Amino acid sequence: MLEKAIKGSALYWIWLLVLLAVIGVGFGAYLQQLDQGLSVTALNRDVSWGLYIAQLTFLVGVAASAVMMVIPMYLHNHKAFARMLILGEFMAVATIIMCLLFVVVDLGQPQRLWNVVLYPTPSSVLFWDMVVLNGYLFLNILIGWVTLQAERKRVGPPKWIKPFIYISIPWAISIHTVTAFLYAGLPGRDFWLTASMAPSFLASAFAAGPALLILLAFAVKIFAKWDPGREAIQSLAKIVTYALAAYLFLIGCKIFTAGYSMVPDKLAHWQYLYFGLEGHTMLSGFMWASTAAGVAALLILLFPKNRQADNILAFACVLVLISTWIEKGMGLITAGFVPTPMKEVLTYAPSGPEILITLGIYGIGFLIITVLWKVGIGVRREIEAT
Amino acid sequence: MYDANKIIPGLIIFALFMTFPFWYNLGAEAYSTPELELPEDYERCIESTEFMRAEHMNMLDEWRDLYVREGYQEYWSELKQESYPMSLTKTCMYCHSDKEEFCDRCHNATAVDPYCWDCHIEP
Amino acid sequence: MKNSRRKFIKFAGMAALGWSICPSLAGARSGPRQSADRLRAERWAMVIDSEKLNDELMDKCIEACHKLHNVPDIPNDQNIKWIWKEPFYNLFHDQSHGYLKDKKSIPFLSLCNHCDNPPCVRVCPTQATFSRDDGIVLMDFHRCIGCRFCMAGCPYGSRSFNYFNPRNFLDDDQLVHDYPTREMGVVEKCEFCAHLLDQGDMPACVEASEGAILFGDLNDPNSDVRKVLRERYSLVRKPKLGTDPQVYYLI
Repeated sequence: MLEKAIKGSALYWIWLLVLLAVIGVGFGAYLQQLDQGLSVTALNRDVSWGLYIAQLTFLVGVAASAVMMVIPMYLHNHKAFARMLILGEFMAVATIIMCLLFVVVDLGQPQRLWNVVLYPTPSSVLFWDMVVLNGYLFLNILIGWVTLQAERKRVGPPKWIKPFIYISIPWAISIHTVTAFLYAGLPGRDFWLTASMAPSFLASAFAAGPALLILLAFAVKIFAKWDPGREAIQSLAKIVTYALAAYLFLIGCKIFTAGYSMVPDKLAHWQYLYFGLEGHTMLSGFMWASTAAGVAALLILLFPKNRQADNILAFACVLVLISTWIEKGMGLITAGFVPTPMKEVLTYAPSGPEILITLGIYGIGFLIITVLWKVGIGVRREIEAT
Repeated sequence: MYDANKIIPGLIIFALFMTFPFWYNLGAEAYSTPELELPEDYERCIESTEFMRAEHMNMLDEWRDLYVREGYQEYWSELKQESYPMSLTKTCMYCHSDKEEFCDRCHNATAVDPYCWDCHIEP
Repeated sequence: MKNSRRKFIKFAGMAALGWSICPSLAGARSGPRQSADRLRAERWAMVIDSEKLNDELMDKCIEACHKLHNVPDIPNDQNIKWIWKEPFYNLFHDQSHGYLKDKKSIPFLSLCNHCDNPPCVRVCPTQATFSRDDGIVLMDFHRCIGCRFCMAGCPYGSRSFNYFNPRNFLDDDQLVHDYPTREMGVVEKCEFCAHLLDQGDMPACVEASEGAILFGDLNDPNSDVRKVLRERYSLVRKPKLGTDPQVYYLI
């Protein structure tokens, strides 16, 4: 089936070249980081995780979109997703690969990565994160490829793949849960030390993932002239609406706990995020934008008429992505570290090389999505033409 | 054969690529065991020369785990009937004090690049 | 570590048995031994006497430690610290109030607490940081992959990461040869001078402190540290977190 990826229009090849150029620049920056160490980043003794780990956190969420179609389709026989499911599975593959790359570029000694396997340590959540991320990657490649191949041969998917599909449902939940546990189990980080971490990861994931999927589906409709199906997109839009409401609700719960209890160790992080502390206000503008975008998107999506208009739906999905990306990709990690254990306040803003490496990895992700979707849509077209 | 004009050049390129190390080294000098400068004041190492030549890297690897993690500090040498600190710098390089004339000669000749001295300080 | 002790006892037992059967076999193998000089304890702990310590003494302790361990002095926020000065409030903000007067800004020594229940050890994915059976929380620089999970896990800010190659900030002629430098991309911290204890010496800061820092076995009721903890009022940092820190501050 891969041969479908090497036959495309000029636009397809130009897009791939653009992505390759972005990847090349990112790779150059990574070579610099390998040579000079993480000193090229803006990370420091106090904020020791930053842009890279935040992207891991955000993208683990996006990878969930597949399961939001698997559940309705396989557990509730909701056939509308049949045409589009493969796109969700392939997007999960690309995002999990991005997640793993973000872990690797964050390591000080990437050549020793194998030590995690040589000395397995069940007490470490990072060990389990490696297990669930790789497992989810494997499951999605396997399920995506096998079901697509079966469809191409006009037969139903083989029986043995069913258990893997069912396993993939709790497994998708596990990648968010375990990633949330990276943070939620640390005794000295009050901002993260809350049972609502895993649920709020799930909620923002189930909003951001399907929102990105809807946008990419619209892009496919325009550029590849292939329609994933109106009903599928409408179902996804409903999922985004519910998940977005849950995500905003959980943020409200966290703010209430910190704000009403007024325990300084909890409250200071939220003050830092939304108002800034000691003059360090860089994040506050972004955080208000994030909250405003989230609330606006919810107000739009609550009305079925808005969801049914493609333009408005796309706009709301953009707002959802902006909201969740700022919350996970900028706020969550930095605010966990600031104020520091010594109650000091500082600003972390990613450095140039850090941003280029991040863009490079996003380039790799989009390259994988493009190629895999090209294959998936190619096969679908072939089936539908006959 | 279909596409013979593509397959045969492809196979040739593949074969050339796979045999690269052989023809790249054509005409290069044959390998000869480097001459090492041995410490003058000491007759023998803590183990036999043959053992040290073959196993010194494994021995150091074991030493670092035994010293750092397992709580052992010394190595009893049956050959010398003496105990030595399990330490690259305090024991090995106490006698073999010239890294360039001892360690590096073999490492360079066999193109290995151990990272011991990224941290451990040569005398 | 427990394993190794068992191994050692087993080995010693076998050796005794072997010797009784065939005396010429005694010690008939090359292999690892424990040094007779090493200082041993069930549970090492440190007591810092804030009454005796002054600014000058603290600088001496810091200097002794950082010199001995080849700790580079990097002039930005990607720096390395094993032991350093920190105002009282920063260390004990959960145990202070607004009317502490001058105490609030008085500098104290801050270092790794060698917790009995260390979160850094729990989170490390490769066991590169681990607890010895004498309570010291140690780093294995050979194994660290530089993920910095331990830095997020440590509630005391005691850990530093080598963002740079530390040799760039060290003078080659000033290096102390008995202890390695680190390489780029690994985490480091205070080790209670485990390597000095293993050769029979007390930690460098204890030696430099002129009696203001005590160090000893917490499980020995007659040790200096136990005596002074019985007699005087002391604090530990963030006791509510349950990490059970083993650096005590006499107030």
